[in-house]
Amino acid sequence: MSATTSIPLSQRLAARGIDSLTLLVLPAVFFLLALFIYPFLYGLVLSFTPKTGPMLANYTRFFSDSFLYGTIATTLWLALPVTIVTLLLAIPIAFRVRMMKHQRLLTTILVIPITLGTVLVAQGLLNYLGPQGWFNRTLLTLGLISTPVKLLHNYWGVCISLVITGFPFTFLLTLSYLSGVDPALEQAGATLGAGPWERFKHILLPLLLPGLAITFCLSFVQAFSVFPSAVLLGAPAGPTRVISIAAYQAAFEEYDYSMASAVAMIMGVVQLSIVVVVLAARGMLYRGPAGGGKG
Amino acid sequence: MTIHAANFRELRLDNLSRDFGTHNAVKDVSLTIKKGEFIALLGPSGCGKSTTLNLIAGLLPATGGGIWLDDRRIDPLRPEERGFGMVFQNYALFPHMSVKRNIGFGLKMRGVQKSEIERRVGEAAALVRLQGQTEKLPGQLSGGQQQRVAIARAIVVEPPLVLMDEPLSNLDAKLRLEMRAEIRRIHNTLGATTIYVTHDQEEALSLADRIVVMRDGQVRQVGGPEDLFSRPDHLDVAEFMGFRNKVAGRVASVEGEHATVTVGDAKVVGRVRGTVAPGGQAWLAIRPEDLHPAAAGGAGLKASVVSTEFRGREFVGFSRMADGTDLSFLAHDRIAPGGEVTLAADPDRVLVFGGAA
Repeated sequence: MSATTSIPLSQRLAARGIDSLTLLVLPAVFFLLALFIYPFLYGLVLSFTPKTGPMLANYTRFFSDSFLYGTIATTLWLALPVTIVTLLLAIPIAFRVRMMKHQRLLTTILVIPITLGTVLVAQGLLNYLGPQGWFNRTLLTLGLISTPVKLLHNYWGVCISLVITGFPFTFLLTLSYLSGVDPALEQAGATLGAGPWERFKHILLPLLLPGLAITFCLSFVQAFSVFPSAVLLGAPAGPTRVISIAAYQAAFEEYDYSMASAVAMIMGVVQLSIVVVVLAARGMLYRGPAGGGKG
Repeated sequence: MTIHAANFRELRLDNLSRDFGTHNAVKDVSLTIKKGEFIALLGPSGCGKSTTLNLIAGLLPATGGGIWLDDRRIDPLRPEERGFGMVFQNYALFPHMSVKRNIGFGLKMRGVQKSEIERRVGEAAALVRLQGQTEKLPGQLSGGQQQRVAIARAIVVEPPLVLMDEPLSNLDAKLRLEMRAEIRRIHNTLGATTIYVTHDQEEALSLADRIVVMRDGQVRQVGGPEDLFSRPDHLDVAEFMGFRNKVAGRVASVEGEHATVTVGDAKVVGRVRGTVAPGGQAWLAIRPEDLHPAAAGGAGLKASVVSTEFRGREFVGFSRMADGTDLSFLAHDRIAPGGEVTLAADPDRVLVFGGAA
């Protein structure tokens, strides 16, 4: 007992990892509180204080109006396929790029859509995919179609633009996870008689899956909060009336911030439940190092 | 023991080459390896030994020459079609598979039945003394155990050829000696044919039936361990075999197997390697352990002592000759730095190489 008391407090704290350096965490904590925790709690409380009616009025209204609760399905119907398609595109391309010499050049080209932003991509697509755009004119000239394909102001327009803007992010994450797998493992697989597909199935995929799960979650959250492309390239009144549009209309057309907060909360819960399901599945996978032994 | 090596007569490398751009990593390597042999590819890093191994394994395509297994040309085959066992420097164990599944992977890929896999994995694990560890993940094993798994995984498929790429370089000194003996024991038990890449001459000398010394992508000398140790053909092979003292001189006379070389005002007699002509330039190569201070008034190479280190039974001395050549030697007593010594060696232990290196 006397031994413990004779050690100064600062030293005991330091042994637990708390010293003056720990103070550097404070600005981050402050920003987190001010920019995330407080607005979140404020919105949560706001959603339970509706303009009229009982505490749960906003939520009852949302779930009794198909025009409102239908947005969940609409958004999922966009976000899930888009996330899966971008992942399925990113995996083989990442596999190919991993072997390339001019990796950086290609990576740069692929990253450009991120820097352009959703609106510019949407503008480009409006021209490119329109009835008079290059895409339709090429197909018409080649005689593959007789009337322009309608790819704008419907589901497909939003899908295409989400894949384009979401792909670079998904691709870069996938590539970095793939680069983390020791190439010697594949070579070992090959010398043991495994062909390319078996090496992918038994060695690379199991080691990549945890990373792909994270990539899926992040890409999904991005796609789920789609707003600009749903408005610009979709049919915001119908098939692409996504949940963020419902929130927008509540806030800026009906000026019902309480309702808008409730929509935002529901949006968060839906996102979170998908992410939780994926991460729980990930918990059942092997998550150790992807190296082949002592480096 | 039912695991045994697949049957073949010989593996032949025929002018095998590999270029990386303009750099010849491996150049015209020709070599015949008989079934049952333990071959070490020895050389400094960057000499092309690992590249040669990867060419044999099929992990790198050759840019010239061919590889033959008996009468079958195998260099166009992909690694999975060659069926050689390979042990990687970092073991390359599949981190997400248990030891059992790691060892059984090659059998599974060959479509062997489950019960048969179970039995053979058990045997292979017993052979590398890993019984009772087979349910663990590689990450839960020590370096030496991981090494054993890697060996078991390579041999359980009964490959005609086992390729090992510096398999002991990640282990500590004690474990390295243990595993060295183990590798030789497994090789003998299976009657396997092993090609072993190393930069450690001691490892090569103690393990191999034949050693292939490589340098700059080419084979410099092939021979048995004793042969290479006492009769290296080239100065660089000699250096690699421990003839660390290299002294330039001029040939005074040649008498049969021996030549007398003048270094400054000293004359040193040594055994001739290669061609040496009287009056020509020559290099003397002497192992530090063969070079000792001469008795007072004796003849030899004069040098001033830089330092001495205690090595248990004797002292290792570091000295410099007047022309700047460094000489290491063994002495029974400590010699103070700055002192002058005359160093001499048994003529049979001194090698004379012709040419200006």
